[in-house]
Amino acid sequence: MPRINSPAELEELRKDILSKRDPNRPCITLCSGTACHASGSEEVAASIEEEIKKQGLSAEVDFRKTGCHGFCEKGPIIVIHPEKICYLQIEPKDVPEIISQTIKEKKVIERLLYTDPTTNKKVVHEFEIPFYKNQERLVFGSNGKIDPKSIDDYLALGGYSALAKALSQMSPEQVLEEVKKSNLRGRGGGGFPVGRKWEECRNAPGEIKYVIVNADEGDPGAYMDRSLLEGNPHSVLEGLIIGAYAIGSHEGYIYVRQEYPLAVENVDIAIKQAEEYGLLGKNIFGSGFDFTVKVHRGAGAFVSGESSALMTALEGRVGEPRPKYIHTVIKGVWDKPSNLNNVETWATVPLIINKGADWFRGIGTEGSKGTKIFSLVGKVNNTGLVEVPMGMTLREIIFNIGGGIRDGKKFKAVQTGGPSGGVIPEKYIDLPIDFDELAKAGSMMGSGGMIVMDEDTCMVDTARYFLNFLAHESCGKCVPCREGIKQMLNILTDITEGRGEKKDIELLEEVAAMVKDFSLCALGTTAPNPVLSTLKYFQDEYVAHIEQKRCPAYVCKALVSYYIDPEKCQACMICLRQCPVGAISGGKNQIHIIDQAKCTKCNTCFEVCPPRFSAVRRLSGEPVPPPVKDRVLARRKG
Amino acid sequence: MSEITLQIDGREVKAEEGMTILEAAQSAGISIPTLCHHEKLEPYGACRICTVEIEAHGRTNLVAACLYPVEQNLVVRTRSEKVDKTRKVLLELMLAHAPDAAALQDLAQEYGADKARFGKESSFCILCGLCVRYCAEVKKKNAIGFVDRGTRREVIFIPEITSKECWDCKECFPLCPTEALQATFLLTKALMSPSPPSAPESEE
Ligand SMILES: Cc1cc2nc3c(=O)[nH]c(=O)nc-3n(C[C@H](O)[C@H](O)[C@H](O)COP(=O)(O)O)c2cc1C
Ligand code: SF4
Ligand code: SF4
Ligand code: SF4
Ligand code: SF4
Ligand code: FES
Ligand code: FES
Repeated sequence: MPRINSPAELEELRKDILSKRDPNRPCITLCSGTACHASGSEEVAASIEEEIKKQGLSAEVDFRKTGCHGFCEKGPIIVIHPEKICYLQIEPKDVPEIISQTIKEKKVIERLLYTDPTTNKKVVHEFEIPFYKNQERLVFGSNGKIDPKSIDDYLALGGYSALAKALSQMSPEQVLEEVKKSNLRGRGGGGFPVGRKWEECRNAPGEIKYVIVNADEGDPGAYMDRSLLEGNPHSVLEGLIIGAYAIGSHEGYIYVRQEYPLAVENVDIAIKQAEEYGLLGKNIFGSGFDFTVKVHRGAGAFVSGESSALMTALEGRVGEPRPKYIHTVIKGVWDKPSNLNNVETWATVPLIINKGADWFRGIGTEGSKGTKIFSLVGKVNNTGLVEVPMGMTLREIIFNIGGGIRDGKKFKAVQTGGPSGGVIPEKYIDLPIDFDELAKAGSMMGSGGMIVMDEDTCMVDTARYFLNFLAHESCGKCVPCREGIKQMLNILTDITEGRGEKKDIELLEEVAAMVKDFSLCALGTTAPNPVLSTLKYFQDEYVAHIEQKRCPAYVCKALVSYYIDPEKCQACMICLRQCPVGAISGGKNQIHIIDQAKCTKCNTCFEVCPPRFSAVRRLSGEPVPPPVKDRVLARRKG
Repeated sequence: MSEITLQIDGREVKAEEGMTILEAAQSAGISIPTLCHHEKLEPYGACRICTVEIEAHGRTNLVAACLYPVEQNLVVRTRSEKVDKTRKVLLELMLAHAPDAAALQDLAQEYGADKARFGKESSFCILCGLCVRYCAEVKKKNAIGFVDRGTRREVIFIPEITSKECWDCKECFPLCPTEALQATFLLTKALMSPSPPSAPESEE
């Protein structure tokens, strides 16, 4: 590969790449992200390659394996360009038809298209699918267009032009000013103003400074950082180099969790390619600016993503948070000024440099500019990664993009911000989502996790679930976090298992306040959020559990009983056959009865009893009526 | 080193740059409770009992006095309604581990902490890390260390090193604010001796 020595040479190379590409030539793109890989995209890729050859189309069709498109539950995903025909859940057996019909004959294959669950209509083009249509994919959008292992694909889309602009037309101070003016805030959790952090690091005394990418992504429900690194690693690198230039750093680290092998592979390749083109290394674009970057593979624990823990780990020590009364921008890795930003934050930087701070400020809300990628999961029809402008309402995200609640159930709450985030109840469905609004509502942006909950969710159990995660993921160093989480978890477990006492709510509040105020790092100071937010919005559920031993959502098994209504049972024996523990007695013409001592509360009978009978009932907070004596079914006419 | 003036509990206190709030307070005879602090060891910040209220740059904050560096015009309150209330709960959590520990009794009384508020925890250890850090930083032997994380974290003696180093040292023992170190050591000793005496299976 030739070295690129100037912005002009970059432009030439780009034109050269484009001249060899015909935009009207059919191109099959196949998602090869981690999720689609798991659902078989490797096999699909093999058959596409084979079939193109077999049908003699090698010279007429391009094939490209891309990164994650965000709609992973529908993977493997194929998009055929230039029309952008989108096929979902592709199997190898579908491939010959796709090549012969769609590529050769230009015919759309109905059965592979997306079906809108509300209208039952088929949707042909990717951009018309509601999941995509209502997004604004500024940062994430290129994922579906490029092969992450090809720097030329990135260059063809204008890649590294922001770096060229920064290095050739702007001073480091000007870059810094532009980012400050953009009001970009960190996407990794805290929402700290990026420009201010860069400035502090730039002004910190010392020759050696580090810039670091945080790709630990410890929140188990979020994977936007993985998808960006896997699918568009050069965008992160480009942002990092620009940041390094502004800060005056010549060494960078990318901290990736071990569990992300494809991200590590693609980043390694990207670094090598950038080095070969001279976009990393000495005298980048002939500007005199030098920068190198190394990948550090970290053991993925939730707390390793915390900035001081991450920096300790980079030094080769146990990744444990340490007090940060002296900021890491002044004394970070090896006590040198160190600037850490999240993957998505870095990937946003080239856009700001290319299009300007004013353009960026035109998107989003007063306090939060630009877009944010959310990981939309839970009880919504469409799950996946969604990128939307800050300020979009929960309703728009959940209903327009997410397609509403599954199985026609009722929306109850959404949990945002990862394990130490909070829940937001239905009455805030029109809340515009940004850093400040989420914090005001008692939750946070955090990693961008968004878990949608329906009416069948118990809020006390939800709090217990997250506290249990945090009990394992706290590093255990400081007393408030370690012991406080443990006690809150004990209390929540007691409440969900019917041992709750009246004093528990006050006790929870007291412990939560202590953990929030006294903990050493932000894992501890945010850990009470799941408890405090559910107490704030769903205190009635706590009271029901404690005072009536009743779980309103019928989730807490210790508080729920299953009962067959003798008036309704038709003795069809369906439940009897399916009960996994043989707790149901009955027979032909004999009213069925559940042996309460044997029942494990698995919910099966409730689900299988035919809706026209609806004989199985869930009881909570009330005694189970005694079994009927006369079990012979008096045949009701019907 | 330049001199810094700050205010602690309404009193003007002089300190040197680089000092912590705790050091400045101690030099002025103002006491702040500590449980994981030791002059010979690097500050650690784990017990949080030394948390105080500060006012700096127009904001009120809660910080660990054993770590926070003094600043010119810093205003420190070592006691306040909030600090006292929070220390009380914090002590109650530690008392669940070590209800009879001498180091906790006076504090419990001062802050009105109820030693039976939370159910008794199986281990006596409050993970203050004094033993671990003393052995690592002063003796440089690393005979004792932390294992696991979160609520499962505990302190263990490394048998191979313990058998060589600990018998004649035992310098960390008096540092332990609870009975935990003694108990863990006896347990390790019992497990290491060829025919274990009728020691309990575990400390729990
Ligand atoms: C327990 C904990 C876990 C964190 N995990 C991550 C993470 O996985 N990725 C990340 O970017 N930031 C994480 N953060 C936030 C980082 O500490 C830091 O604020 C962030 O990387 C700074 O980048 P930003 O300003 O671009 O957001 C975590 C914070 C805490 C307290
Ligand atoms: S707050 Fe929790 S995670 Fe952070 S240092 Fe303390 S124990 Fe570790
Ligand atoms: S809930 Fe499950 S275990 Fe209980 S009776 Fe119904 S099917 Fe059997
Ligand atoms: S499925 Fe319903 S109707 Fe049938 S036996 Fe069970 S309870 Fe009765
Ligand atoms: S054994 Fe004692 S000194 Fe060691 S960490 Fe536990 S409480 Fe502290
Ligand atoms: S991995 Fe294929 S859409 Fe996400
Ligand atoms: S003495 Fe300051 S945290 Fe323990």
